[in-house]
Amino acid sequence: MDGLVLQRVSKSFEAKKVLEEVSFEVGLGEIVALLGPSGCGKSTTLGLIAGLIEPDSGEIYWRGNSLRGIPPHQRHFGLMFQDLALFPHLNVFENVAFGLRLRRQPQTEVRKRVKEVLQLVNLTGFEDRDVATLSGGEMQRVALARAIAPQPQLLMLDEPLASLDRILKDRLAVELRQLLRQMNQTAIYVTHDQEEAFMVADRVILMNQGKVEQIGTPQEIFCSPSTPFVAEFLGMKNFVEGEVIYEDGESWLVTPLGRIRFPNQPAGKGIALIRPEGATVDVHEGLQLMGRVTQKLFRGDHCQIELQWGEKRFSFLLPCSQKTPNEGDTLCLSLSPRSVIFFRNHTSHSFT
Amino acid sequence: MRTASLASSWKKGSALAWVLPVLFLALFYFYPLGSILFFAFERLVEEGGESLRALNLAYLWRVLRFTVYQAFLSTLLTVLLGMPAAYLFARYEFRGKTLLRALSTIPFVLPTLVVAAAFNALYGPRGWANLVAVNLLGFEEPPFTLTNSLIAILVAHVFYNLTIVIRLVGDYWSRLDPRLSQAGRSLGATPWQAFWKITFPLLLPAILSASLLVFIFDFTSFGVILILGGPRYATLEVEIYYQMSGLLNIPVAVTLSLLQLGCTWVLTIAYNRLSEKVTRPLPLAAQRRVVSRLLKPHQKVFAFLVVAFLVVFQVMPLVALVGRSLTYAGWERGERGFGVPTLSLAAYQEIFINRRASLFYIPPIQAIAISLGYALATLLFSLLIGFPTAWFLARQQGSGKLERLRRWLEPTVLLPLGTSSVTLGLGFILAFSQPPFDLRASPLLIPIAHTLVAFPFVVRSLLPALRSIRPRYHQAAAVLGASPSQIVRRIDLPIVGRAALVAGVFAFGISMGEFGATALLTRPEFPTLPVAIYRFLGQPGEMNYGQAMALSVFLMATTGLGMILIERFRSGEVGEF
Repeated sequence: MDGLVLQRVSKSFEAKKVLEEVSFEVGLGEIVALLGPSGCGKSTTLGLIAGLIEPDSGEIYWRGNSLRGIPPHQRHFGLMFQDLALFPHLNVFENVAFGLRLRRQPQTEVRKRVKEVLQLVNLTGFEDRDVATLSGGEMQRVALARAIAPQPQLLMLDEPLASLDRILKDRLAVELRQLLRQMNQTAIYVTHDQEEAFMVADRVILMNQGKVEQIGTPQEIFCSPSTPFVAEFLGMKNFVEGEVIYEDGESWLVTPLGRIRFPNQPAGKGIALIRPEGATVDVHEGLQLMGRVTQKLFRGDHCQIELQWGEKRFSFLLPCSQKTPNEGDTLCLSLSPRSVIFFRNHTSHSFT
Repeated sequence: MRTASLASSWKKGSALAWVLPVLFLALFYFYPLGSILFFAFERLVEEGGESLRALNLAYLWRVLRFTVYQAFLSTLLTVLLGMPAAYLFARYEFRGKTLLRALSTIPFVLPTLVVAAAFNALYGPRGWANLVAVNLLGFEEPPFTLTNSLIAILVAHVFYNLTIVIRLVGDYWSRLDPRLSQAGRSLGATPWQAFWKITFPLLLPAILSASLLVFIFDFTSFGVILILGGPRYATLEVEIYYQMSGLLNIPVAVTLSLLQLGCTWVLTIAYNRLSEKVTRPLPLAAQRRVVSRLLKPHQKVFAFLVVAFLVVFQVMPLVALVGRSLTYAGWERGERGFGVPTLSLAAYQEIFINRRASLFYIPPIQAIAISLGYALATLLFSLLIGFPTAWFLARQQGSGKLERLRRWLEPTVLLPLGTSSVTLGLGFILAFSQPPFDLRASPLLIPIAHTLVAFPFVVRSLLPALRSIRPRYHQAAAVLGASPSQIVRRIDLPIVGRAALVAGVFAFGISMGEFGATALLTRPEFPTLPVAIYRFLGQPGEMNYGQAMALSVFLMATTGLGMILIERFRSGEVGEF
């Protein structure tokens, strides 16, 4: 691979393991999102790549060369910090020009590039402003401009949109992706927000407790989460215990809800996930789930139904075009085999 | 994200930075004060009860009683007169508010000698009040004898400290949510009841803490009482000076010093306790300051009265000072009364002339030069020592021992602030006039004393700047391509540079104006500016008086210029260095 390679990188802080054997690759020109809950080691990973922290073990390569021992200022990477870290004693222009000046570029070049970059982030005319007078969104864009101005080989963004509201976040995420694509920028994008990650990135690396949980395109991760953690992190909640058994030469998934044919699966115990959009009313095939509707939320193009089944609660999305039940109704749902994902060997989890 | 390699150079630096401040404080603060204690103890052992019996307890009691009495009265007056202004600043928006606020701060930063001289110019025997009375109203003799009176002391103290009440109480008041008293009003309270039952109890911690601070300043006031009080009114501070400089009565001076030290320490501790309460956030503090315009007639009248009082009271003495320095009233030796006052630059021209009649045989310009020299030395010393100190205090230290030292050093650095400067001067005389540290003849003794007085201010100016350099800035700069040395040059130095300038100006200004310690330590042939002013004020003759005024104006201009510099660089609106 010709970009960034992490090979079994581990890091501990005072006997607390923060990263455990993390390996992944980022291709040139690729936008990769590091996704995971806070404290999963995303920011530490960025620190290791930037050279702000040294790994305890493992190796990091850039274009085939090990980065071990190379100080941060010689790596020519860019990093946009979550807390932005705009230099308080410099104005917007000088903040953005900081990296260029260090490269001893002539003044005219610096001016040209700063102007260009500020234009990219829509901050033309902000050159002389004191950074303390900027709004949150403006500060974020200055930090981005500062990071991209020296044209880093690799750009890392640590929760760049974290402090913004949903609407602004969605808009800026799209703009950011366009911008990075346009520059053909190799980038690592850290976030705890799955929607943001899916919008911005070509590939997503999902991390949990210092380990890589799954790597794939947004679609791969959303459609086939590889662990219950990934599924739950993506907001899926309908878990039941299950077991794949072989009977009459066919494989079946046996759950408390009933059994369905489940082809091409090795036998074993585990946990089954029923996708929220996988249920239909009035079709009687596959698994049958009868329960009382405890809550119905109108969500525009579909309805979210909370179904009580014994002690358990399930959550489903039904198209609003169908005749939907009301709260208190008893409802029978059919679950197709395609909407069930089985995680073998995952036994105990909080949601079982 | 945690940091490793980049923070290490910072840590290495700060591991050694404690040596200088600890040595400095030990040698020039604790050793002199210890010398006072040791002297008293030695006397006690050598002479047994002899020296105790020699001490006149009634005399001690009288001095202490007057010290407390004048401080109490001054404080009461300051708070009563400051509250309306605090209210006006806290709750109303009006034109010229910022200017007026700045104006009311000026007296606080002026050297005591300038304040004393200014009031002398206003109602002293040769001041404006008497000039007018004699020349326009036809009095035979100057009718006003306000100097050498308690009133003169009180007025000067109020003038000096009014801004403390306005700032401390006003700021606290402006953060009080006005809806609290509105809620009280809606429950049926009259405006008066709402004030006494809601606003006043909430303000009380701020009022008490401001009062205590004013009390401490009044308690340790020296220059004002020495000049405006005259020989009849002596506080502990002034009495130490008299005993030491006039009578060379070391045992009595030492006893008074111990009394003074004890009192100020108790007061300072009480103040720290109280101010902690004030800095604790109010439960219902308004996020945004709530101010309204002056709309109703009674509001306008109130505002007018307060503004008029502030302008007249805070500005008039200073105008009187400048005016008097430019006026020659033709008072000749042996003559009673005044001649006709005329505009004249004579007092300023005289500064360059060495009169044989002068008490010390150097022209006053030399006092200016001496003061400037001392001030420059103080600036240098205090930055030299203040920088490592602030560096060491700015970050938590890794190892347990260093961190304990840091926690101990942080409040200790402020101790000189609560120590009377005359006592410090006395300690210096006792400690450094004999081996092993015989510095009597050293020209460095006074700058060192000034450095000690300026030290808390210098550290306090540098500390926030050093603390504001988050490790993140270093990381951000490193990722952008800055090497460790470039980080220091492009991030650390520019951020701290401004603060260093502020600290330097502070040190310079404090040294220029310092009088308490200097009065004891100065040698007759090397007077500083405040000492020269004091001597001129004590001499008869219009020319001496005029020169006291002229030198005071010079001193006022220097400190004023410094304060303008500080204000400019503090606000951070200046571009690059």
